[in-house]
Amino acid sequence: MNGFTASELNELRNQFPALHQSIYGKPLIYLDNAATTQKPQLVIDRITKYYTFENCNIHRGVHYLSQEATAAYEDVRAKVAGFIHAAKSEEVIFTRGTTESINLIASSFGKLLFETGDSVLITGMEHHSNLVPWQQLCKNHNGELLVAELDERGEVSMEQYGKLLEQKPKLVAITHISNALGTVNPIKEMIAMAHANDIPVLIDGAQSVAHMRIDVQELDCDFFVFSGHKMYGPMGVGVLYGKQKWLEQMPPWQFGGEMVDQVSLHETTFNQLPFKFEAGTPNVAGVLGLGAAIDFLQQTDLEKIGLHEMIILNYALEKLKSIPGIRIIGNAAERAGVISFVVEGTHPSDIGTLLDKMGVAVRTGHHCAQPVMTHFNVPGTVRASFAAYNSLAEADIFVEAVQKAVNMLC
Amino acid sequence: MTIQEIQEQIVSEFSVFDDWLDKYNYLIEMGKEVPRIDERFKTNNHLISGCQSRVWLHAENRESKIYFTADSDAVITKGIVNLLIRVFSGQSPEAILDADTNFIEQIGLKEHLSPTRSNGLVSMVKQMKLYAQVYKLKQDN
Repeated sequence: MNGFTASELNELRNQFPALHQSIYGKPLIYLDNAATTQKPQLVIDRITKYYTFENCNIHRGVHYLSQEATAAYEDVRAKVAGFIHAAKSEEVIFTRGTTESINLIASSFGKLLFETGDSVLITGMEHHSNLVPWQQLCKNHNGELLVAELDERGEVSMEQYGKLLEQKPKLVAITHISNALGTVNPIKEMIAMAHANDIPVLIDGAQSVAHMRIDVQELDCDFFVFSGHKMYGPMGVGVLYGKQKWLEQMPPWQFGGEMVDQVSLHETTFNQLPFKFEAGTPNVAGVLGLGAAIDFLQQTDLEKIGLHEMIILNYALEKLKSIPGIRIIGNAAERAGVISFVVEGTHPSDIGTLLDKMGVAVRTGHHCAQPVMTHFNVPGTVRASFAAYNSLAEADIFVEAVQKAVNMLC
Repeated sequence: MTIQEIQEQIVSEFSVFDDWLDKYNYLIEMGKEVPRIDERFKTNNHLISGCQSRVWLHAENRESKIYFTADSDAVITKGIVNLLIRVFSGQSPEAILDADTNFIEQIGLKEHLSPTRSNGLVSMVKQMKLYAQVYKLKQDN
């Protein structure tokens, strides 16, 4: 199987209005997809349609619009469950995004299971959003945050990971793909190792759902979290998948309307799953937009997208390596989505500024993963991240632009 | 020269460039010539927050005028700091406090003015004005 043909790619790009614009008089080359992807027309249209014709509050109205919108909202829950191969729709909780999903678990799962001295095991490549909640949870329980360190290629040492599991952390929380390095963690193996020690596992899928097929049952992860906006969907909506056995036991983390069953002035009984975790009016338009994004991914063929991106990424990576003084940060055997680099004698922000003037949008800085920067002893990196709509021609322009920036700076 | 005159001079220097490349090359050259901060002042106390690259800024008061020195680990940022130093260094606290920075827009570096911009130009101007405020208060007392 190959990536997209030229005509397929052209057709795909035509679905994204934002790609067809000029920046400083140059065609936009958008390589900041790990931060957020652009949105296809069908996602934009779905949100517009909701606010134009369908707007109303869900789950409580007896009137027509409310019932239609409730049905559409719940259809997306089933669609998400199918997309990640969850056993049941009730295992899908809508949140504001990956960060909120992780905070929900840290708060609720923390209340359920954490006692003084308990620890959480993460890796040295976590995004701050899969680090700080656990660090704080551990601190609050006088426990230790256990960290599986990275080697010089940016891979987790499995031997050390195994040893840390023997310290019996209450939870393992690891990213599927590093947003700063592109490392794809061997999560199936890591989950199995944790389960062999009776430790549940949370997978941060923010950087993986848009690039590969996810099957939470096959992975056997206990929690899987991701954001809509990094998978062609809208901002402000995300997913927390959790195994029913955990979600049933976990206490609610926010209180209010929607999540309750019976309320008197002094007592409340809570609604069942998934509603007990969705207090207040949800982001209905966002959820419907997320549903459209899943339609887009399925229509376009996720497997083909992954393959296409891999071709572009490897092509750009090889070309970049020919630039004198370049140092690729993160050289894991399994990589997806991003290339991070620095160039000797230059600062990432200088390169980013010059690339911007050439119409190339990349991210510079620490990518919300400061410990990763410390590990590689760099102030930050330049990060190019790829999506379904990027082309080999764009990779060429990107690498030429980097070379031009380096020539100016050195 | 007054702040206004220096700003006009800079605007006129930049007016000869008709494309961004020359403009940034000039900025990079200026970055290499920034009045360097004494190494002993390159401490966290002199770091300007809000910049993706690190920027250190130091101010000294001599005969009622403020003199700035700076450094950064990013050369374009240094070029921008150098522009600001050219404009503000050697001026009185009052003149610095009263000055606007319209010249940044006029030389086509408007995109660096956004408060969220990672090079923190806004933070640099704010820090320079803060120094001016402090020296003015000291003088008034």
